[in-house]
Amino acid sequence: MLKLIKYLKPFTLTVLAIVMLLFIQAICDLSLPDYTSNIVNVGIQQGGIENAVPQAIRKSEMDKIRFFMSQADQTKVLEHYTLLDRDSMSNNMYEENVKDYPKLSEEPIYKLNVSEKSKISELNTIMGKPILIISEMEKNGMGSIDPAKIPAPQIEAVKKIANDKFAQMPESMITQAAVSYVRKEYGILGLNTDKIQTNYILYSGAVMLLIALLSMASTVVVSFLGARVAAGLSKKLRENVFRKVVSFSSSEFDKFSTASLITRSTNDIQQIQMMMVMLLRIVFYAPILGTGGVIKVLSSDYSMGWIIAVAVAAILALVIVLFSVAIPKFKMIQKLVDRLNLVTREILSGILVIRAFNTQKHEEKKFEAANWDLTKTNLFVSRIMSLMMPMMMLIMNGITLLIVWVGAHQVDQGAMQVGNMMAFIQYAMQIIIAFLMISMVSIMLPRATVSAERIGEVLDAEISVKDAERLNHFGLNQKGYVEFKNVSFRYPGAEEDVLSGISFTAKPGQTTAFIGSTGSGKTTLINLIPRFYDATGGEILVDGTDIKTVSQQELREKIGYVPQKAILFSGTIKSNLKYGVEDAAESELNKAAVIAQAIDFIRSKDEGFGANISQGGANVSGGQKQRLSIARALVKKPEIFIFDDSFSALDFKTEAALRKALKAETTDSTILVVAQRISTIMNADQIIVLDEGKIVGKGKHQELMENCEVYQQIALSQLSKEELA
Amino acid sequence: MSDTNGNNQSNRNLNRVPGSRAGGRPMGGGPMGGGHMGMGEKAKDFKGTMKKLMGYLQPFLAAISSVIILAVGSSIFSIAGPKILGKATTKIFEGLVSKVSGAPGAGVDFTYIENISLLLLGLYVVSALFSFIQGYIISGVAQKVSFNLRKDISEKINRLPLKYFDTKTHGEVLSRVTNDVDTVSQTLNQSMSQIITSVVTIIGVLVMMFSISWIMTLAALLILPISMVLTAFVIKNSQKYFKQQQAFLGQVNGHVEEIFGGHLIMKAFNGEKKAVEEFDGLNDKLYHSAWKSQFLSGMMMPIMVFIGNLGFVMVSILGGWLAIKKTIEVGDILSFIQYVRQFTQPIAQVAQISNIIQSTAAAAERVFEFLEEEEEVADRDNPVNTQNIKGEVLFKDVHFGYHPDKIVINDLNAIVKPGQRIAIVGPTGAGKTTIVKLLMRFYDINSGGIFIDGNDIRRFKRNELRSVFGMVLQDTWLFHGTIMENIRYGRLGASDEEVKNAAKAAYAHPFIKTLPHGYGMELNEEATNISQGQKQLLTIARAILADPKILILDEATSSVDTRTEVLIQKAMENLMRGRTSFIIAHRLSTIRDADLILVMKEGDIVEQGKHEELLAANGFYASLYRSQFEMSEVS
Repeated sequence: MLKLIKYLKPFTLTVLAIVMLLFIQAICDLSLPDYTSNIVNVGIQQGGIENAVPQAIRKSEMDKIRFFMSQADQTKVLEHYTLLDRDSMSNNMYEENVKDYPKLSEEPIYKLNVSEKSKISELNTIMGKPILIISEMEKNGMGSIDPAKIPAPQIEAVKKIANDKFAQMPESMITQAAVSYVRKEYGILGLNTDKIQTNYILYSGAVMLLIALLSMASTVVVSFLGARVAAGLSKKLRENVFRKVVSFSSSEFDKFSTASLITRSTNDIQQIQMMMVMLLRIVFYAPILGTGGVIKVLSSDYSMGWIIAVAVAAILALVIVLFSVAIPKFKMIQKLVDRLNLVTREILSGILVIRAFNTQKHEEKKFEAANWDLTKTNLFVSRIMSLMMPMMMLIMNGITLLIVWVGAHQVDQGAMQVGNMMAFIQYAMQIIIAFLMISMVSIMLPRATVSAERIGEVLDAEISVKDAERLNHFGLNQKGYVEFKNVSFRYPGAEEDVLSGISFTAKPGQTTAFIGSTGSGKTTLINLIPRFYDATGGEILVDGTDIKTVSQQELREKIGYVPQKAILFSGTIKSNLKYGVEDAAESELNKAAVIAQAIDFIRSKDEGFGANISQGGANVSGGQKQRLSIARALVKKPEIFIFDDSFSALDFKTEAALRKALKAETTDSTILVVAQRISTIMNADQIIVLDEGKIVGKGKHQELMENCEVYQQIALSQLSKEELA
Repeated sequence: MSDTNGNNQSNRNLNRVPGSRAGGRPMGGGPMGGGHMGMGEKAKDFKGTMKKLMGYLQPFLAAISSVIILAVGSSIFSIAGPKILGKATTKIFEGLVSKVSGAPGAGVDFTYIENISLLLLGLYVVSALFSFIQGYIISGVAQKVSFNLRKDISEKINRLPLKYFDTKTHGEVLSRVTNDVDTVSQTLNQSMSQIITSVVTIIGVLVMMFSISWIMTLAALLILPISMVLTAFVIKNSQKYFKQQQAFLGQVNGHVEEIFGGHLIMKAFNGEKKAVEEFDGLNDKLYHSAWKSQFLSGMMMPIMVFIGNLGFVMVSILGGWLAIKKTIEVGDILSFIQYVRQFTQPIAQVAQISNIIQSTAAAAERVFEFLEEEEEVADRDNPVNTQNIKGEVLFKDVHFGYHPDKIVINDLNAIVKPGQRIAIVGPTGAGKTTIVKLLMRFYDINSGGIFIDGNDIRRFKRNELRSVFGMVLQDTWLFHGTIMENIRYGRLGASDEEVKNAAKAAYAHPFIKTLPHGYGMELNEEATNISQGQKQLLTIARAILADPKILILDEATSSVDTRTEVLIQKAMENLMRGRTSFIIAHRLSTIRDADLILVMKEGDIVEQGKHEELLAANGFYASLYRSQFEMSEVS
């Protein structure tokens, strides 16, 4: 997992930008509940008036209020208000203000002259209680009384009573109560209070939408950047893995298996891409959101934080319990699906045998057992999972109820407003969702981690066949000499050599054949020549030069290789034949096709050499594939031909014709043939008989028939005595 | 009051690719709901397919009805929640207001709140319970339906004529069993209740919203067209790029497979650079479509959230205004806001569901198409008994073609007497195995007749006819299981002792004894833990155990190790003793020893007779035979 991090390096800036944007998104998402709460609290409940500090107030009322303040407070309050008096102001100014406050025409008015939040908040604390006292007095029919005319002792008494009464009242409650006084005062001043309310909601709504827009924008940008990082990373990885695998020798292919290498460079990398998207958009976001939510909740200090803890614990418990039950089953399901597939594949591939032996019922029973096992487990998991959503909803709803219940008491005690309670619910949900996301992702991550490890293994794999540091070159005076000097080979990790003590020389113009039963090491032996593997002991010389000292490319230039299993690439017949030699002329292709006995079927195609070859050569028959594969090697005109049992898919007649033509055309080349059929190699210049990795016979057919037991056995099993004679 | 309407949140893995393995279990799913709504596959006959699917659902009618009722109940309860909770909020609010205004004894009415809370708790519990029971039942239905579908497919495989498998790959059939059935099952499991809940939620929420305020409801509905247009836009584009991505991914994967699979050739011909260049080109294309597809599907969420917020603001403004007018209460606004939030999700889901149903119908259609394929012709009434068959075989004017317009066997005539050994020879593609397949009635001939002991093979019961034959094919078919089980396959009722005797007759006993666990050794999936030659011995043992009247042998072309090869020949010799045998021969020794050689060329038997006769005739056989020696001379 960590190994792959270095591939993220080019994206560092982008990832940082993503994290920044996620912060913005989180801040937006977390402040949205504030605004929804404000819309409810202030906009709807308080008529759009935010606090107990009136924007404007009649001088007469201000005087009454001031009366219940300390001297210091009075000074402070008056500092922040400007007195508007018709007599003392210019006409212009008057006209301007009387439009806002029609009452100005009748009496002087104080107008607030600050807008800083902190100042307002300070004033709010000072003015809240006095306003409350006045509004209480008004309610009790004492509104018309001028506090200034009340005797001092009585004032003190009122102050004391008020202080007692409001002592337990929290500020928010006082503010709320005072707001209705302010609202009334605004009415008297001639302001349109409904408009104030509507404007407040509109304003808050607009701000909220702006925030939502910002949140959306940052999410979209995150999505954009995340997609590019994820796709970019997977592109980079795919590129690196592909390049690496292309440089693998056969040893590494054996070690990983071709199928596994394909999965690693396709599916596994797709997994990483999916994981990156998840990582960038969820794994990074959830903690930011969760932490932010917790901070918000804690800073609001309504002593309800424990509910969040309960909620998170409940959700985590649910997820852990469900998944600890379900995850082992998930793994089992994969196995059971494989089992069902295996049974089905066996039924399909053995369809002839099944019908021949009349075992349909038996197979159906076998299938049914696998089917039932899968169904049973699927059912279990799916039922467990059907518990998940309802439980989750129940927990969320239950938490909501709990918050309302506890919140109701808080509200009752004035420790909280309804809007705050709602905001709290939303924070709680956000935190829960953040935890939910994390737990879900943490379940999916292991899959991607496995993929990452598998990719890492490929990238870190040591390549066993490498070019030497100081490259040698082939001499020019020898062409096509292949010499094995006491060569041995052992597969990596194996305990025994599969080849040992192999020594022989193959010369130009000669055919050297290798025969032996399966597993005797024929293919392994010839695979050492193009360095698909490196010999583990002894040395192999081509044209007198140790093949380990020249570049793989230079070595392979000399070799025309025709494998056991003909492999064609998608494209056309022409592109396949030209695979070794990009600039081969038409006539050369034609000639090679003639020798390889491929020309007839190529001509029979409408497009001739331009005929399409689908992936894996699926649209040509095995024999045709083999002929094209031979022609491809012929086009290269190599010094050394290697035919690894390359005629197996040809019938006798075609093989005979092919050999004849080949013999005539390749007089200067060294030919190495691995064969199964004795008849194929009977006339070779040199036959090397292999048994269990050792040379047990070397010579011509007749010699071997006389002195090599293994060769005799092979020969006798294939041909009758007369034919061999 | 949660703002996630979770009861229909889906983890459905929407971006499964047709043909991919059924690995995407329920926990798959695109991140943050950024799925790709189906692949835009469409069924050819939607109505018919759905009807057939209904047929499979028939036995579960009661269960499905209860699911519908439970889903409706569950969603109604969860819809009622916000409204009732809204009442509680209003009450708290009123209590607060009255307290603030200083009314005596004023405060929050806790008994009321308590009652409502308990009521709500009850509702939530019942709703959760309903939803769970519903899920529980539907899982059962979905799984049983897929069980039945798979079972029917497996039985169908055995009833299909072999002809069918000539044109279909194993992968295609496999994908019916796994992918297609899985798609159907997932839809039944998740989408069915989703459809119900979504529809009920939409209707319920609408009703609730109208009951609070029709003006606000209309305002909220205004959002719908906006969200629909945006969703449609995003879906359309993301699908476009998703398809592109899949196409390029296919190309990249194809290239990777090709190069890795052919790495020997790539290396031998120094094709590394070319391979890398081509790969880079494809990889780059993939990158561009991949990020676009990813990005567009990721846009869905934020857009939907924003639209949700837009709705919220609109409702708040309207709500505030109506509250001033005293038309509605504060709590109502709160519940309304909840409903608006609940509203958008099911609508998005309903939009996706039509896609899901489409691709489900396409999957189901493939399954049903398979199940409706034409089967083998039924056996005749009054079949001929196979008990005392001697093994005389007569081919009379046999014509056959895998396609009616492409006859591969033209006018085949041959008589085989009981106990004779017949070698079928000829170049590859001459139709040697076809004869065998006709004999066992894997295919029915187009005209003419094949007679066993004078009876047309079509007059036997297929099962009984086939049990007359024993078959040892070059392509040894062994399954994942013990050696004992694999041999016993020849006659399922055979005792362990009989199995061992058959193995002894097939010269397989000695090597089996040396294997770990002997007869109890498990063959692995590809049966690679024993050698090719050993596999052949096992199939011979199997044929010996079956004790057939007529044998069909396919000689191996690829040589196994010499010692085993000798055993195989001896075992075959044992097997053929006293039985009419057809041998697809590659070995000249076999051919020369045959009582009758059928020489095939391009689907016809061009010559028949004994080795010497045929050589003397100096025809096709003679030239075939000579090419052997000619060939030896050239090398």
